[in-house]
Amino acid sequence: MPLLDIRLLPKLAAAGLVLFAVLYVLVIAEPPPLDGSFGDWRTTTYGSATDDPGSFLLILLDALTFAGLLFIVASGFSLIFGLMRVVNMAHGSFYLLAGYIAYEVQQRMTGLGGFAIAGVDVSTWEWVLPVIIAAAIVAVVGLVVQQFLLSWNQGQDLRQALITIAVSVIVADQVIAHFPRQGVVQVGGGNAVSLTWPGWTERRIDLQVWNVDYSLARLVMLALGVSVGIALWLWLYRTRTGKVIRAGVDDPQMTSALGINIQKTFAIAFVVGAALAALGAAVGTSQGNVASGQDAQWLLNSLVVVIVGGMGSLLGAAAGALLYALVLTFSAAYLPITSDNCCSQYSIVLTFVLIVLVLAFRPQGLFGRAG
Amino acid sequence: MRARLDPKGTSERLIALALLVLLVLGPAFFNDYWVNTILTQMFIFGIAAASLIFLSAYGGMTSLAQTALMGISAYLIGNMVTKGGAGGETKGLTLGWDPTLALVLALGITTVIGVIFGLVAARSLGIYFLMLTLTYGVIANYFFGQVTQFGGFSPIAGINQYTPGFIGEIVGHPDKLYYIGLGASLAVYAAIRYLVRTPFGLSLQGVRDDPVRMTSLGYNVPLHRALAFGFASFVAALSGILLVWWDGQIAPGNIGLAATIELLVIAVIGGLARIEGAWLGAFAFIVINNYVRDVELPVIGGSFNTIIGLIFLVIVIFSPDGLMGIWDRLWRSRGRRGGGTPEAASVTRQAAPEASSP
Repeated sequence: MPLLDIRLLPKLAAAGLVLFAVLYVLVIAEPPPLDGSFGDWRTTTYGSATDDPGSFLLILLDALTFAGLLFIVASGFSLIFGLMRVVNMAHGSFYLLAGYIAYEVQQRMTGLGGFAIAGVDVSTWEWVLPVIIAAAIVAVVGLVVQQFLLSWNQGQDLRQALITIAVSVIVADQVIAHFPRQGVVQVGGGNAVSLTWPGWTERRIDLQVWNVDYSLARLVMLALGVSVGIALWLWLYRTRTGKVIRAGVDDPQMTSALGINIQKTFAIAFVVGAALAALGAAVGTSQGNVASGQDAQWLLNSLVVVIVGGMGSLLGAAAGALLYALVLTFSAAYLPITSDNCCSQYSIVLTFVLIVLVLAFRPQGLFGRAG
Repeated sequence: MRARLDPKGTSERLIALALLVLLVLGPAFFNDYWVNTILTQMFIFGIAAASLIFLSAYGGMTSLAQTALMGISAYLIGNMVTKGGAGGETKGLTLGWDPTLALVLALGITTVIGVIFGLVAARSLGIYFLMLTLTYGVIANYFFGQVTQFGGFSPIAGINQYTPGFIGEIVGHPDKLYYIGLGASLAVYAAIRYLVRTPFGLSLQGVRDDPVRMTSLGYNVPLHRALAFGFASFVAALSGILLVWWDGQIAPGNIGLAATIELLVIAVIGGLARIEGAWLGAFAFIVINNYVRDVELPVIGGSFNTIIGLIFLVIVIFSPDGLMGIWDRLWRSRGRRGGGTPEAASVTRQAAPEASSP
């Protein structure tokens, strides 16, 4: 028996890589030199976590709250796949559509115009109702797609994926042709606009550690993500509909044979999945903005979350969202700064590394079932 | 088998011969716009679509990474050949290397990247493979947009000024690129037809049909998939190089999600089950693109993408095997022998193993 099994090498390399990344953030990183010169490979924006724990905490909170948003969007994608084996490539386009609808409704409700409205002018109701309307419209679009385009070719998964790609092209193009409608100079064109959080979220909370205060809106984003997770868990594991859905995931033929209308269950899952894309879009649009091109961004985000976490698993979506958010946020903050890359962002490389690391050991994702 | 009359095969061969003669003599009687724009583009995107269809028809892997691989080879050659300095190119590394060396390196490196992509994706099947390769594609797009050393958001231009010595000047000689495209298309077609008859190609089709059985027979299934992906990456890299020679520039927008979907549309319009469909689909797509681009849709509005999306939807719903599938079905409905190449399965109609079929 050799001292070191050669098959362990990739695992050791992966463990070494992860350990290095953690050590880099914790102790190795250094803040930029005081004389304004460019540093070496250890130079980062904030320095290591032990040097500057306040910044570290802020970045960690940024990652956690972004994970909440990622989870809301990706859980809808994962739910649809888990039950129906449909990869809804139109998920990103649904996000785009919902973001613009919520913006339009809020503009009309408040009677104010522009890229975004000031938070003080927005009551809680003026945020919640646009979100509900956007979710309802997108859910109907999802239902139409499912009933007319997907219900008759169940099981032909590649063909269904191609159909949703066609839908995504059409929906994204139509959204860009017709939105935004008001508050901007030009109708259509997919310019960036933003939904506004209710006024009471526009303040910072003093966390009482390391002089850190943190945006309440981002904490609300995390709370919404956790609430969606809990609600989905209760729905799937504590109600009869949830039981039927889980039975449908495990064995659709047997479930139908027991006299359960599995088509109805599929339709419910698609409606909920599309509505989750809409809720995620409302949150994402409030925190940032919505603009043409974000359909690709959010399709990528959903894909990475479910590829890493495992398809069709609620826990997987949560784990995938957390890991992906950590990698994105920390790589943006802690990658070294050197002289000649003022404008380069390498965090996309680490996204790829994350996928490779997970798939090398678990091709089905962290919590996905084999096969 | 050979002794039997094969009207479908014979007529296909006759049509192919007639088309070949037409294309070889093409520049003599097509106008410049057709030669430079439509037919040359047809060759370029036909080659890229052929790499997608090869993987789909013979490997059972529908890849959305082919556009990204085109872009990687285009970016590699763009960074290697262009020269910086006063009046030179400002984007990218501007290494100014010998174009022949750059050509070999771009093809080689892209193939190696393809094998690595393939190794990572080799254990993901069916729809997972589609998602993973789409992720590769979107990541490559963001990579070239965000890492400014290799180009950044705006294009690397003027790449077609630097062509290998054995090809010579391309700018101002559109016929030359036309014949390079034609020759490369024929070479790719012949290479794929040859490859699928080799022992590797046959075991690859075994892997497509029954990976579990092939594993128990002792074949290395992930390796077969990764090597097939590497070959398809080489073909995609070739088309990427032709694309920069034709267009002269490469930008992240050339390899974005829209471009990825366009290549998929080309392959699906042509037909995912037969290699010939690649060029047929490219021809159909480019003609539509050139002549329908400015048509305004009544009532719903929107741009060319809505039209392409609708065409794509109709094709997938009514003829998932594309135009080649319609051709095959016409022969089958005449009640004669033929109807689909025996070695290429209809990928889009395959049911997922665990899902129910109504």
